[in-house]
Amino acid sequence: MSTFSLARASSFRHGVHPDEMKAMTRELTIERMPFVERYVIPLSQHTGAPSRPLVGPGMRVRRGQMIAAPDGLISTAQHAPVTGTVRGIELWAHPTGRRTPAIVIEIDPFDSQRVFAEPPPPIDQMEPAEVVRRVQEAGLVGLGGAAFPSHVKLQLPEGKRAQFVILNGCECEPYLTCDHRVMVERADAVIHGLRIIMRMLKSGTGYIGVELNKADAIEALRVASADHDDIHVVPLEVKYPQGAEKMLIDAIFDKEVPSGKLPIDLEIVVNNVGTSVALTDLFASGTPLVERVVTVTGPGVRRPANLMVPVGTSLEAVLDYCGGLRPTTHQVIMGGPMMGAAQKDMDVPIIKGISGVLALNEAATILEEEACIRCGRCLEACPMFLNPSRIAAVVRGENVEQLPGLHVLDCFECASCSYVCPSRIPLVQLMRVSKAMVRQQGGK
Amino acid sequence: MGQGITQLSITTAPFVSSGLSTRRLMWEVALALVPVVAVATWYFGVTALLVIFACAFGSVVTEWSFSADRRSLGSLLDGSALLTGVLLALTLPPSIPLWMAFLGGVVAVALGKSIWGGLGQNLFNPALVGRAFLQAAFPVTMTTWSPPREGLLHLDASTLAAPLMHVADATTTATPLGLAKFEGTVTDALPLLMGNIGGCLGETSSLVLIVCGLYLAIRRVFDWRLAVSTLLTVAVFSQVLHWINPEAFPGATFMLLSGGLLFGAVFMVTDPVSTPITLRGAWIFGVGVGLLVVLIRLFGGLPEGVMYSILLMNSVTPLINRYTQPRRFGG
Repeated sequence: MSTFSLARASSFRHGVHPDEMKAMTRELTIERMPFVERYVIPLSQHTGAPSRPLVGPGMRVRRGQMIAAPDGLISTAQHAPVTGTVRGIELWAHPTGRRTPAIVIEIDPFDSQRVFAEPPPPIDQMEPAEVVRRVQEAGLVGLGGAAFPSHVKLQLPEGKRAQFVILNGCECEPYLTCDHRVMVERADAVIHGLRIIMRMLKSGTGYIGVELNKADAIEALRVASADHDDIHVVPLEVKYPQGAEKMLIDAIFDKEVPSGKLPIDLEIVVNNVGTSVALTDLFASGTPLVERVVTVTGPGVRRPANLMVPVGTSLEAVLDYCGGLRPTTHQVIMGGPMMGAAQKDMDVPIIKGISGVLALNEAATILEEEACIRCGRCLEACPMFLNPSRIAAVVRGENVEQLPGLHVLDCFECASCSYVCPSRIPLVQLMRVSKAMVRQQGGK
Repeated sequence: MGQGITQLSITTAPFVSSGLSTRRLMWEVALALVPVVAVATWYFGVTALLVIFACAFGSVVTEWSFSADRRSLGSLLDGSALLTGVLLALTLPPSIPLWMAFLGGVVAVALGKSIWGGLGQNLFNPALVGRAFLQAAFPVTMTTWSPPREGLLHLDASTLAAPLMHVADATTTATPLGLAKFEGTVTDALPLLMGNIGGCLGETSSLVLIVCGLYLAIRRVFDWRLAVSTLLTVAVFSQVLHWINPEAFPGATFMLLSGGLLFGAVFMVTDPVSTPITLRGAWIFGVGVGLLVVLIRLFGGLPEGVMYSILLMNSVTPLINRYTQPRRFGG
């Protein structure tokens, strides 16, 4: 493949080409989901420490009001997505499958639901520390999926520089189109947010990586950035997992982030395009992160849509708004089909890191696992150049002593190996086990 | 919502797959073999079908008798045993007695696959294990070639011979490689492409094999690196020798189109199980096979060496895997 890369848009090596399945929603303008009766705000919706609740049962809260504060440096705030009354802090189903503490709010049906926020002073008159504080208190997290607190990425670690900022507009997961729609409909806000990040990090150049299947987004961003010589829109090959941070950097700069290191070690910071828009909105109107765009799609959804959903809306309410599930539905997924999580409890809330809700039918043929034929497809798929076939065999043989040297901790569970395996060996699951085994031993 | 949905399935990601299955890969190869079988039948008549049937029967019966649960079809459904039998048959001389073909099919699966632990576990290519056994046990039969185009219904006297009985001599011919080695005559490209020559059942028409190989490569059924590196090595090595001494060594075209090379490169070298799993390993494997083929053909005692070359490289596959583990990303 790499031999042809000169003739194509740039990309990383290896990876897979799943069917895109984006046609159902790619043309659909983002619509606003109406309010529902109840919202559930888990205290942990992000990487890092859970937020510290500031409210108790019976308290009245207003839309946009902080209801849980950051608890530490890598933590962020939560806000009331609607004006209403706190029912309590309850253990509630979380998209990860656990039950976690969450603030339950019942809406005030007679309120206008105007956002309770004051426009901040112009950002160029603010101290950097002030910007960081506001971002943290606005509850901004990466909207691509990992939900890493955004304020952390606006500060340079001691002795580091960030020459380059990349916005991630790849959206390489099948089915999902929320980032696509955001780029098309809010291209100016994407560019504006990128400028904020670049200013904060004193970066010289900004890049926006977009896969070639989003030509209208590339065009919109090019128009919006026409006056910015230091911002480049980079078309990328349509390939999964192009949106993984390290793959994106490899595609744009032809540089590999060393194992165990971060993009900042290459003087690069990566943010999602949705996060960039959230930054723009925060410094324009003071609106904290109380809603996000979610793609609701799949063969089991009667009326697929790109929805602006208040954080904390239940999965059931979102599916109901989209016409409900077809009886053929076999699985409901939060996130994309490659890395998302199947849901059982329809009460589970949409949280900040959820970019999609998918209702999938049963696969036409469910074949049982077969013997590994050592075809090497998993090696050819793995973007981190691991050997999933061998790691799987080592895990199954419980030969823990053979794990060092197989670099299992480099695996970020993109599931490309499972996707290609003709013998349907649950490779990514075994990779997860191998990582747990290594961590248990405190090794690498 | 949720009308009529009683149970949502909970599994972990990914929720989509490429739709590939080992079964489908096997049947794709089987499909690619159809033209090869057709050509074999065209040149060697109904004998070809009988030999194929005998080998496949031996392989399938052996696979079945080795399976833990003989009431179900079990591992027969993956098609690999059938494929082993057919592949073996296509590497045999047309006039081989059917009982030998059957025995070859039995040995291919029993010693080539089952005793290793079944599909995916074997070190050597099962079909070639069967062929190597026949070559060792019946060296004369395995190097006796009946001429092509004797008629569709033509049967060699030897075909229906009873086990271990001596058969009267029939008309025989020489393979292009035999002619080159022992008489110094190099066959032209056209008959080599068309296949109107002596040789094993499946190997005579290079043209058909090239088309089948392209089909399998484009459908990504096999790793093209294995076939390409094998053929490229043979081409380069033999052409260099030809430039050095055109009298003694035939050129790349003849070397590529003659004998079992194309059949081996398309259907044997590309067996995933017995070849390296790593990408660099695939190149090394092919280069190794190519070098050995040229060495055996031009400097060894035998006119043809594809089978031994592949089996020898099979034996070092674990070693190649060990030394060609992928470099980690960013490492």
